[in-house]
Amino acid sequence: MIKKDLRILNKLGIHARPAGLIAKTCSRFVCEIKMIKDGYEINPKSIMGILTLAAGNGSVITVITDGKDEEEAMDSVEQLFNNKFEE
Amino acid sequence: MTKRTDTQQITGRRPENPGPKPDFTRGFMIIKKGIAANIGIAIGKTYLLKEDNILIEKLRLPKDKVKAEVKRFKEAIAKTKDELNAIREQVLDSLGKQHARLIDAHHMILQDPLITRDVTDMISNQCVNAEYALSEKIISAVKKFDRIEDDFFAERKNEILDVGKRITANLVNQEKTSIKDLKEHAIIVAHNIYPSDTLHMRRSNKVMAFCMDVGSKSSHTAIFAQNMGMPAVVGLGDISRMVKNGMTLIIDGEEGNVVLDPTPEMVEKYKKKREELHKQEHYLLKIKKLPNVTRDSKKVNIMVNLDPDDNFADFKTYNTDGIGLFRTEFLYLNRNNIPNEDEQVEVYKKLLENNKELPVIIRTADIGGDKASNMGIKEIKNEENPFMGFRGIRLFLKYPDLLKTQLKAILRVSPGTNVQIMIPMVTSLSELLSVKQILAEIKTELDRKGLEYKKDIPLGIMVEVPAAALILDHLLNEIDFVSIGTNDLVQYVLAVDRVNQYVSELYDPYHPAILRLINLIVQTAHKKGKKVSVCGEMAGDHLAGAVLLGLGVDALSVPLKSYLKTKQNVRNLSFERISGLAPRLLGVSNSEEIKEIILKELQ
Repeated sequence: MIKKDLRILNKLGIHARPAGLIAKTCSRFVCEIKMIKDGYEINPKSIMGILTLAAGNGSVITVITDGKDEEEAMDSVEQLFNNKFEE
Repeated sequence: MTKRTDTQQITGRRPENPGPKPDFTRGFMIIKKGIAANIGIAIGKTYLLKEDNILIEKLRLPKDKVKAEVKRFKEAIAKTKDELNAIREQVLDSLGKQHARLIDAHHMILQDPLITRDVTDMISNQCVNAEYALSEKIISAVKKFDRIEDDFFAERKNEILDVGKRITANLVNQEKTSIKDLKEHAIIVAHNIYPSDTLHMRRSNKVMAFCMDVGSKSSHTAIFAQNMGMPAVVGLGDISRMVKNGMTLIIDGEEGNVVLDPTPEMVEKYKKKREELHKQEHYLLKIKKLPNVTRDSKKVNIMVNLDPDDNFADFKTYNTDGIGLFRTEFLYLNRNNIPNEDEQVEVYKKLLENNKELPVIIRTADIGGDKASNMGIKEIKNEENPFMGFRGIRLFLKYPDLLKTQLKAILRVSPGTNVQIMIPMVTSLSELLSVKQILAEIKTELDRKGLEYKKDIPLGIMVEVPAAALILDHLLNEIDFVSIGTNDLVQYVLAVDRVNQYVSELYDPYHPAILRLINLIVQTAHKKGKKVSVCGEMAGDHLAGAVLLGLGVDALSVPLKSYLKTKQNVRNLSFERISGLAPRLLGVSNSEEIKEIILKELQ
């Protein structure tokens, strides 16, 4: 299991487009993935869940990947966050 | 014209027969007041974006029909997918990859297990029709957004509703009216404008303005309007039920008014206003580069109350005298833990990275007890009167960790900057001394850790509690500057809650008591060689701003959007004349006379 705290760097936070990217990326992996913000946990393979995170610029999300391809999954997610979701 | 209320019929073109219930489609001008979402004026024909009010019934299906129902649902999904693909192609061509991503997000919603798995499960297990199962699942998904306080994120539920409406329309084979069908220039009227609608609006060059029933100043549609530079009024309640296609409308995005079926005189009036606005905009851009001085060359510091939502890069181009107020409450919203030091450091770093020399005044958070209890600090019962309650420095001194974390973060980003710290809601000297004690402890701690910080960071207070103004001579020995928060000060001095409809008329920034108190603050501060700024709404008002400068206020701090206007006002003033008026203003017994004197001077 890998656990990392990632910060939202893009200006508008996780709105529809970043949420779509996250869901698309996470769905590529077989491992279990969770995202937690302020104690509220969601499954990021579902865009519906991601949208309810209400994660604005500067907020921190705890990401957990657990399973066969957990490392690749975490790398990809981290890259998305660091690239400001390509915005 | 009669006095305007929220929704009121103003004048009839057929006064001989007003009738008990005016027919809105037959020549009665109506003015409706909403929330101004973006400045600008548009006059044009209505294009009503119909809400697809499809009545969804719950139907019990015989067991042998369930399979066919699931198939019907899957076909609707496939059809929706094709639709989204077609839109994506068009958007990609005309608007580029960024916008096409919104459609990708809608694709993801369409493929979400909640739709593909849960809806089909519900159809098979409960033997119900697809429309009903879908609407139940969408409703429960949308309910999850209820806990979100932030308007922008709470509105993300519209993405889900948007896709839900598309699928439903395909299930019942209903044609959706869409902005893409727009043939002529028009003003869009809708109950709500969904994200995919805004995409069509971007692509079409036929949309002049829009207005809608729902929405607030910070909703995604308002942000969209600002990005597009499109006049818009939101939060109108029932406008979509009052207009008909083709009706003439005026959208006044400055006042937040919509005029339905205007008289020719009204159209003329607004055409003139539109022209003036254009001229004004042009002029303001021209003075952007000029210095902040009065007509008689007296330098006036004009600073900005920068919001975290403002475009920091854009701010840079305005050539301001600094950031007079950076509010930090946003850090504490929508969360149940305390924003930690590193997180705050990131925010302040970003704020300061492009503003090394200019003063940047960060105000420690003025949050109330309700926020603190959300963050799990301590159970705080609902306060009877939070406005006079547990907020600002009162709360931070009770929970000093909150204050320490914030001060430490500011100190850590301070080297090489002109950052300054401001404390809100100070009422007594002992509060100020406690803050300084904590500040000293933090410095010792940073020294011990070998962390760098700027040694002489200026410390100031907000003067908003009248008591602070009256004992300012004592407070000034401990601080470097003061900033008057006029919004709260006026309310506290006059004992008027300005959102209370019964007394809001008594809220009066020109009350002689206010002028005298501000005069006292300025005189006391100047005697000790300290500067006074004003960061309330008075600073951005052209009459009140002139009064403040006449009383000797050193700096005005205004929202970014009023900066150029304030600059223009200042540049039109004669400092000699308005300061000469001060003794007269202070001797006047009522606010009407005060306004008259200053108005006459400005003419």
